[in-house]
Amino acid sequence: MSCALPAFAAATQTEPAPPFAVLMELTHRCPLRCPYCSNPLALDPASAELDTATWKRVLDEAADVGALQVHFSGGEPCVRKDLEELVAHATEIGLYSNLITSAVLLDRPRLERLQRAGLQHVQISLQDAEAGGADRIGGFKGGHAKKLEVARAVVAQGLALTINAVLHRHNIERVNDVIDLAMDLGAGRIEIANVQYYGWALANRAALMPSRDQLLAMDAAVRARLPELAGRIVVDYVVPDYYARRPKSCMGGWARRFMNVTPHGRVLPCHAAETIPGLAFETVHDRSLSDIWRDGPAFTRYRGTGWMPDPCRSCDHQEEDWGGCRCQALALAGSADATDPVCELSSAHADVAALRDRDAAALGTEWTYRGL
Amino acid sequence: MSTVAPHIAESDRPRLAPGVMLRNDRRRGQWMLMGPERLLVLDEMALAVVRACVGPDIADVAAGIDRLSVEYDAPRTEIAGDVLEMLTDLRNKGYVVT
Ligand code: SF4
Ligand code: SF4
Repeated sequence: MSCALPAFAAATQTEPAPPFAVLMELTHRCPLRCPYCSNPLALDPASAELDTATWKRVLDEAADVGALQVHFSGGEPCVRKDLEELVAHATEIGLYSNLITSAVLLDRPRLERLQRAGLQHVQISLQDAEAGGADRIGGFKGGHAKKLEVARAVVAQGLALTINAVLHRHNIERVNDVIDLAMDLGAGRIEIANVQYYGWALANRAALMPSRDQLLAMDAAVRARLPELAGRIVVDYVVPDYYARRPKSCMGGWARRFMNVTPHGRVLPCHAAETIPGLAFETVHDRSLSDIWRDGPAFTRYRGTGWMPDPCRSCDHQEEDWGGCRCQALALAGSADATDPVCELSSAHADVAALRDRDAAALGTEWTYRGL
Repeated sequence: MSTVAPHIAESDRPRLAPGVMLRNDRRRGQWMLMGPERLLVLDEMALAVVRACVGPDIADVAAGIDRLSVEYDAPRTEIAGDVLEMLTDLRNKGYVVT
């Protein structure tokens, strides 16, 4: 997720500024099976999901800690029958609701109910610009056509629509078609994201990694169009990590903007944080979101700049990118305490390029669909 | 499809984009435009411009500039350019549509 957000002044020196948003992964269940899904390999079963009353309490706590927005996400949040009730509760307590969905379970009546409950924004993922490729990678026949139908209904109802397009080797050449499609659908915003290699995507990296040529062509195509798109559609374009020279500011900095609650109630600084060994996570049954945000051990571990090793410690960019992504440092440099090796100043940067080139050259076409 | 979207003009009638709302966050003591997965904190001037020039109840941007000129006792010619610039920026960031 990328958000241009101002830093809120902290109330006191010891109190961290409140989070901007809480991401609620209502479920890991999803009718699609994208091989780049960011959900963990060990998915929470339906029986472990928090019940409606607990999610409502968590929403209350999100408002208490000072969050302004809630993202209902998953998995596919629409598999939860209580989605309308949760959106209504969020609205009642003044939270702005975003729905992050694959859209295949939505229809007009349900969208209308969600809008009446106060939903403001729907983000729909597209797997490709054309149905064949989209349905193949999503592992769900008829999914693409259904998404387009729902996207049109979202706009017709006056809700904000974002198209989230995830690019990889098998669709990256159609980036212009995806942009055209998003505009045709009437989206106010498009996220052009390249696969981030966590969870299922990391396991499928050799089947997804685009080649350098593909990447450069895509990058040039997007940049050439940006001036023409200004004022027509908001473009959030994320340069693919493995080809970047500087890391992204992951989640706007560890424990600075977002909290993430998993289907069974674990409270995380980011959705991939559970991959980091040795971090102790609390659940919504242990303490309130406010307490966890303030001094939960997983939250304080990498918040700010105090934890940083060299070269971040003495770097001018430390409050721009916050040293990059901890989960990526773990996956690529072997330690979550390291500078994100995507940074060219990291001693492990050359290894990233080697890995990337190896996986891109592998031209793997067999991926493992995510499963539950 | 290759021209840059034009600047907002005085004859335009901008409205908040779908999913965007003007909010006062008491806890932070700030006015903000809240939108899809984003927000923009407004300073006093930006708030005044949004109130004067962004619909649904405005005639057009020109009327908003007239109002601001009186309210802030500032010559119209001095503020008009800044107001249009700010509105164009809000449009390009997706908070406002025309
Ligand atoms: S990435 Fe695909 S499989 Fe994973 S939750 Fe989203 S739509 Fe479902
Ligand atoms: S050294 Fe650290 S702070 Fe500096 S650019 Fe690289 S990752 Fe960012």
